[in-house]
Amino acid sequence: MLEKLSELVNGSPPVVSRGRLVTTEIQVMVGRDEYCIKIEEGRIAGVEKGPFLMRPCSLTVRASAEAWGKFWQPYPPPGYQDIFAMTKRGEAEVSGDFRLLMQNLRYFKEVLEAPRKLAKEGRHA
Amino acid sequence: MPELEPIVGRYLRISVQGIPYRVYFEEAGSGIPLVCLHTAGSDGRQYRHLLTDPEITRSYRVLAFDLPWHGKSNPPAGFQDQEYRLTTQLYTDTIIAFCRAMELTKPVVMGGSMGGRIVLELALRHGDELGAVIGLEGADYQQPWYDTAWLHRPDVHGGEVCAALNSGNMAPHSPDESRWETLWGYMQSGPGIFKGDLYFYRVDSDFRDRVARIDTSRCPVYLLTGEYDFSCTPEDTLRTGKKIAGSKVTIMERLGHFPMSENPAQFRKYILPVLDEIAGRKRN
Repeated sequence: MLEKLSELVNGSPPVVSRGRLVTTEIQVMVGRDEYCIKIEEGRIAGVEKGPFLMRPCSLTVRASAEAWGKFWQPYPPPGYQDIFAMTKRGEAEVSGDFRLLMQNLRYFKEVLEAPRKLAKEGRHA
Repeated sequence: MPELEPIVGRYLRISVQGIPYRVYFEEAGSGIPLVCLHTAGSDGRQYRHLLTDPEITRSYRVLAFDLPWHGKSNPPAGFQDQEYRLTTQLYTDTIIAFCRAMELTKPVVMGGSMGGRIVLELALRHGDELGAVIGLEGADYQQPWYDTAWLHRPDVHGGEVCAALNSGNMAPHSPDESRWETLWGYMQSGPGIFKGDLYFYRVDSDFRDRVARIDTSRCPVYLLTGEYDFSCTPEDTLRTGKKIAGSKVTIMERLGHFPMSENPAQFRKYILPVLDEIAGRKRN
């Protein structure tokens, strides 16, 4: 699902605009699979699949493949509709630069939720 | 002809703990007073759909007021050097002051989120003055899930972060228009107000030791919680309901933490039977 992130985010001008002050690299762990997402002024400049050794990133979001699978459904089941719903129940973990996250919370949530659009359109990665 | 809604808004002068306030409220309908309490960091607009529902307003006089510091209820004189902090005592005193100043007889009090918490205290301490209480997304306690310090600091936009934190606490099925209207309330609250409300919610209102003393024969208690609420979870409400003998708990499908505003049509299915039951009890 994350492989399509560039298309999904960059194709949505309001989302890119909300992230205009964000230039960074974040790490998303889907089970043991590591993804490095490069963001430049709100645009997704690249998504690389690891493993990487000691690659620096500003934020890490981690959950099992099963949990992400529920999170990316168009209508997720209760407890999986929001990243903080998942952290509260111990299904996900967020770490790193919380100031960056909270300053741009809507943007980062929209980036993480973007793959839901694929499921809504019936397109699966 | 102007397309006017039946809602009328007015200002009421009250004094709470010796401090004068000018409180804004909206009302519609006639019959049993139904006082509606908004969630933390928002205002009474959350109840506009109840206020315009003829099924409700034909037997209820629905009133929704903005707590001081919220919506159109200004903060008190001298606010500029104060840190706003809601406590159980201040919240209780404000609601009771509103009800008494309006000369409401045995009002039913319904509150959402922190309003769903305070109604438990009202039932315990002021049960004889009330017709019933309805807690929406209410419980005697719940586990926190973020640090409230992020809600009020110069390097994070308060309105944006308050809305973004709440954005996922609604059901994915709720209509976009209603979800975003709900979040607009959060985007508009004054600096530090959501954080100050959460002082009550997080720090000053652990009611786990006292809810079992609520006497539902004096003041009936109804608790309704949405299945998508991860802040006050269905488990939190069910646990609370078990401790209050005679209370009635409903878990609402396809709703989250803001049932009255995130999906008014879905919420209606659950709240109408409760209001009918309360009205029936009053008639008998």
